[in-house]
Amino acid sequence: MIELKNAGFNYGGRDILSDMTLRLSPGSFHFLTGPSGSGKTTLLNLCYQALMPTTGMVRIFEQDVRAMTRDDVARVRRRIGVVHQNCQFLDHISVRDNLTLPLAVSGRESEVDQGNVDDLLSWVGLSERGDALPPELSGGERQRAALARAIIMSPDLILADEPTGNVDWEMAQRLIALLVELNRMGKTILIATHDLNLIRNTKSEVSARVLRINNTKLQLAGADL
Amino acid sequence: MDRLRSIFEVFSGDTNADRVVPPSGFTSRLTSFTAGAMAFLTVFALALSLATGRLADRWDAELARTSTIRIAAPEGQLAAQSEAVLEVLRTTPGIASARVMSDAEQRKLLEPWFGPDLPLDTLPVPRLIEVLEEGKGPDMAGLKLRLSAEAPGAVLDDHTRWRRPLVNAATRLRLLGLVSILLIAGSMAAMITLAAQSALAANGQVIGVLRLIGARDVYIARAFVRRFTLRALIGAAIGTALAMIGVAFMPAPAEEGAFLTGLGFVGWHWFLPIIVPVIAAVVAFWATRLAAFRALSRLS
Repeated sequence: MIELKNAGFNYGGRDILSDMTLRLSPGSFHFLTGPSGSGKTTLLNLCYQALMPTTGMVRIFEQDVRAMTRDDVARVRRRIGVVHQNCQFLDHISVRDNLTLPLAVSGRESEVDQGNVDDLLSWVGLSERGDALPPELSGGERQRAALARAIIMSPDLILADEPTGNVDWEMAQRLIALLVELNRMGKTILIATHDLNLIRNTKSEVSARVLRINNTKLQLAGADL
Repeated sequence: MDRLRSIFEVFSGDTNADRVVPPSGFTSRLTSFTAGAMAFLTVFALALSLATGRLADRWDAELARTSTIRIAAPEGQLAAQSEAVLEVLRTTPGIASARVMSDAEQRKLLEPWFGPDLPLDTLPVPRLIEVLEEGKGPDMAGLKLRLSAEAPGAVLDDHTRWRRPLVNAATRLRLLGLVSILLIAGSMAAMITLAAQSALAANGQVIGVLRLIGARDVYIARAFVRRFTLRALIGAAIGTALAMIGVAFMPAPAEEGAFLTGLGFVGWHWFLPIIVPVIAAVVAFWATRLAAFRALSRLS
């Protein structure tokens, strides 16, 4: 699904990531951890081609990112749900319209079923907030709305960058529970987080691999996790 | 084919693509105003260009087919030299007719300068003979030689001296009108490109979100293109309508006003301004499309 082979990313002469080798197989659940500034977000960006590797190879859905056209990138992103640390929305349209936007931009607007949208809003606990504008949402609500938007296209892969960064512990548990449920539905999940307690708790729920970025390199985390 | 389809999509409507770009009141109004002002100027440039074209053709046609012979001779020889000139003209190929202008006609010619009731017989006014040409016209050099031999006081004026600068001026004016239209179109493209770039820069977050969720560049560009094309079309339609009203209220062509009163549209030329809003929309379409794709290509 996603394959990195000796991939690296260099910015301003400094190696952010180097010699990354990783394979995300379908249906797997991965945590990506490491100290703040270690390059977790950069690695996620490489996984949906928001950044191009400066060395090595990255393949997304069997396609080498260097050979992709801009339209290829757009098509690939329709198969990947991304939940950003700072979730961004179109602030002038409602949460409900933001949720269905991925369907609209991929020409599948006719598939929008308001009943399903209501179910999705309910699933992420935003039943009452569908008609609100994104700036009216709290941090946690934005994270959940971003998750709902990320999954509306039923993507094969979900990349979440610190999805629990702006929420309290209870809400973090709920969000992770949603991601675990999606994994049980067969979705591949990669979550970047520095919250080790969250990882420990989740590992009791799902078989997850924990990866750590240390000194620009990717390692399998130790038994303490 | 794809490009043709994208042009039609702009007008057939994609409310969803339109919805993703937040309303940008100022840039939109600026685009409409610019398109309206440019269309207004274009219609006037067009009217000027067409009027000068008509004038050039008319002057050319009127002056090319006539010439004048002026006879300045002592009182006693005037009639004899006039008769001699008419005789020469009768036997010259390329001359359709020739006639001595009457005193009344000469008085009318001089009236704008000397006023009415001019006592022509008390003034040393030369006799004028109007010559109408046919076919390729006479051999002017030969005619001049024969006239100087038969009537020493006769001077042939084939109007070339007047005609050439007038026709040249009118032709240049027409060309300037067309160049002005091109410059106006170019200025409009530049203004709309700037407005589109400003809108694209102001909507960086929107574009980022759309790219994140898998929107193709063409989808994002379409949202901006549609908005700016429609704004330009509406603005230009209003500008064109106002300019046409302005032209319609110009004074009707009249001999007294000469060129200035002939500024306007005649016959089917009234339909020409209709293409101005269409051209404005096409200019806006391409200007926005190029600006959008250029801006998008710089984003990941």
